Amino acid sequence: MITTTDAPPPTVDRWRPRRLRSGIDRAPRPNALYVLPAALFFGTFAVLPVIGVAVLSFTTWNGLGDPQPAGLANWQRLFTDDTVLAATGTTVLLTVLCWATQTPIALGLGVWAAGQQRNRAILSAVFFLPLLLSSAAIALLWKSILDPNFGVAAKLGGYIGFPDGNIIGHPRGALACIVLTVAWQFVPFHALLYQAGARNIPRVLYDAAVVDGVDRWEAFWHITLPQLRNTVITSSTLMIVGSLTYFETILLLTNGGPGDATHVLPFVMYVEGFRQYELSFAATIATVLVVFGTVLSLLIVRFSGFAKMRSTLEGL
Amino acid sequence: MTTPTQISHRSPVSRRTVMGLAGAGAGALILGTSACGDDPKGGGGLEAPGDLDVWVLQDEAQNAVQNGAVTRFNAAHKAKAKITPFANDPYRDRLRVAMGSRTQPDIFFNWGSGSIREYVDAGLLVDLTPTLNEDAAFKAKWIPSVLESGKIGGAFYGIPNRGMQPVILYYNKDVLKRVGVQQPPATWSQMLAFVDELKKAGITPFAVAGSQTWTLLMWLEYFVDRLGGPQPFQRIADGDSDGWKDPAIAGAIDKIRELVDRGGFASNFASVGYETGGSGTLFAQGRAAMHLMGSWEYTNQVREQPQFARSALGFATFPAIEGGTGNPKAIVGNPTNYFSVTKSSDNVEASIAFLKEMASDAYVDDYIGRGDVPAIADIESRFDRSPSPEFARFVYGMVRDASSFQLSWDQAIANRVAQPMLTNLQKVFLKQLDATGFVTAMVNLK
Repeated sequence: MITTTDAPPPTVDRWRPRRLRSGIDRAPRPNALYVLPAALFFGTFAVLPVIGVAVLSFTTWNGLGDPQPAGLANWQRLFTDDTVLAATGTTVLLTVLCWATQTPIALGLGVWAAGQQRNRAILSAVFFLPLLLSSAAIALLWKSILDPNFGVAAKLGGYIGFPDGNIIGHPRGALACIVLTVAWQFVPFHALLYQAGARNIPRVLYDAAVVDGVDRWEAFWHITLPQLRNTVITSSTLMIVGSLTYFETILLLTNGGPGDATHVLPFVMYVEGFRQYELSFAATIATVLVVFGTVLSLLIVRFSGFAKMRSTLEGL
Repeated sequence: MTTPTQISHRSPVSRRTVMGLAGAGAGALILGTSACGDDPKGGGGLEAPGDLDVWVLQDEAQNAVQNGAVTRFNAAHKAKAKITPFANDPYRDRLRVAMGSRTQPDIFFNWGSGSIREYVDAGLLVDLTPTLNEDAAFKAKWIPSVLESGKIGGAFYGIPNRGMQPVILYYNKDVLKRVGVQQPPATWSQMLAFVDELKKAGITPFAVAGSQTWTLLMWLEYFVDRLGGPQPFQRIADGDSDGWKDPAIAGAIDKIRELVDRGGFASNFASVGYETGGSGTLFAQGRAAMHLMGSWEYTNQVREQPQFARSALGFATFPAIEGGTGNPKAIVGNPTNYFSVTKSSDNVEASIAFLKEMASDAYVDDYIGRGDVPAIADIESRFDRSPSPEFARFVYGMVRDASSFQLSWDQAIANRVAQPMLTNLQKVFLKQLDATGFVTAMVNLK
């Protein structure tokens, strides 16, 4: 743990005298050169392509020859294109559903896995298995499970209102399948976050609660959950921003169908770019996704107070 | 483009060593594509020595035949051809990226029409019309309707390189016998009577892989052709979006809706795929009576369900529609696949020489021997060597007698329109769109 002292550190940071005086950054640090490799890497493989995509959104380009300037044509089309508008709605719905299903499961699993039960280690290892599989393998696996004639869906579909096993061919069923598959894949990761968070909660809090006669549920509600606030924010940010990029699962599981029931923005972007070869319009959608993702994470950080970096351990 | 010398500066292992180590692995073949164009150009003769990079789809049977052509070609020419196979799904993307760069193949596999139209418009492909006109014997070898369907803007850009793939109405003889029918339906009214009969017996009339939109498209293609002939779609393919307003389109959508409402397809068809365990399996197991599918379905059934393919797999042409103006002998599907030559090739002359190999007796016999039906004129006598002579003769006769051979719409139409068309068609099958809704949606695409 880093302890901060009121007096300036003995090694004076000669490169940053001004910041030192303002008292924001008092820890001794290596100079800016150390950031260079990471900055170069990030600049080349993240910032530059994003700028390129943004520029491309103001052109017409089918992948052959040179892009031709097109002004705001792509952006005007974006706000009137029925496919894009419908896909935006589906993307929001999918994001909300994914968050609402994954968070409680991951929270429960993570907190449980942080405990000391005898079977915990083995079961946790089993729960974390999906994390090791590739998205493509997971999608193909679920596809055969969901086969209406020869898969599990044929046998069990009747119990959940699909007597003919037509789950993935039903517009709402298909969306539910995506939510389920994505949850199965990513819950282990988020459970891992919650497990680490729950392990960091000081034991004394629970001990004190026991003395006060609190039961386990109340302890979870009044100690564990508030203590995990920062973990919830981290996990939710990753989940929500991540859901803006769900693509391969949808491509392999439903291919956007039935009809346009599972057309989300990243999928529409792929179709525009690589099936219809309207790469500049695909770039426009990509730009929107980048802006969306950035704004969303900034909003979450801002309104959750995460940016203040306040510890949940204050006063302990 | 990086040269091998540049590469070896950076790493102790040169690209050629890596290539050698990787041997015949598919990864090496993909890496190798970029190296091929690097070889120094030859002495400027008609056919310069050097490598010809031939891009094809990964397919055990096809690749074996293609490698045979390569062996024969390499023995007779200074230039050396080499096959680079790609998996089916990423091939179109990979090709697109290559065509937008300078690392283009010399010769590449394609589906003709829409799949290469933009390359033609961008001036990337060699016009093969002079080649065909100068070599009348070569041109005369092909079935004219198939060669014609490879034309773009009045010029030839592709030479057929494999069999013809019309869409066929397959039927399960055992199932039809069980409900007391000897022949598959020949007309629309018979088809409806069949549907009712089979429904009563608890059998799905038509197997369809509804989760894959291209399988649904076959129904629309045939209905439109039977109702209005090939002209309505031709108008659309030529870029006139008002062509969707043709009554044949709305009529075909109504027919599809009628078939769906009547229970022509299983209630869960939208979840069914075409891979193993999909529509073909349902059909072979007798859970569905008929299956509308391309000629490749026959090969698949022979491989997956040999017992069924031998004893009970029947095949027929698509039924006529009473009152329709289309010729009932017209067919839809993939007339064939093509090889095209890029202008950027170092060796256009040798590439064209390689294409001549596609009509050689050895090449054609290889394909026939593997159950394919090449687009070569007057080869009926040679089908005895086919593993399934009866089917080969049926396909060959179907194409020979066809008044027209419509290329699959998603290939023939502009890329921009193909995907929305497939999505809207799936909505028709899902009862989310009726004829008016479909036509409006397609016209509004512009």
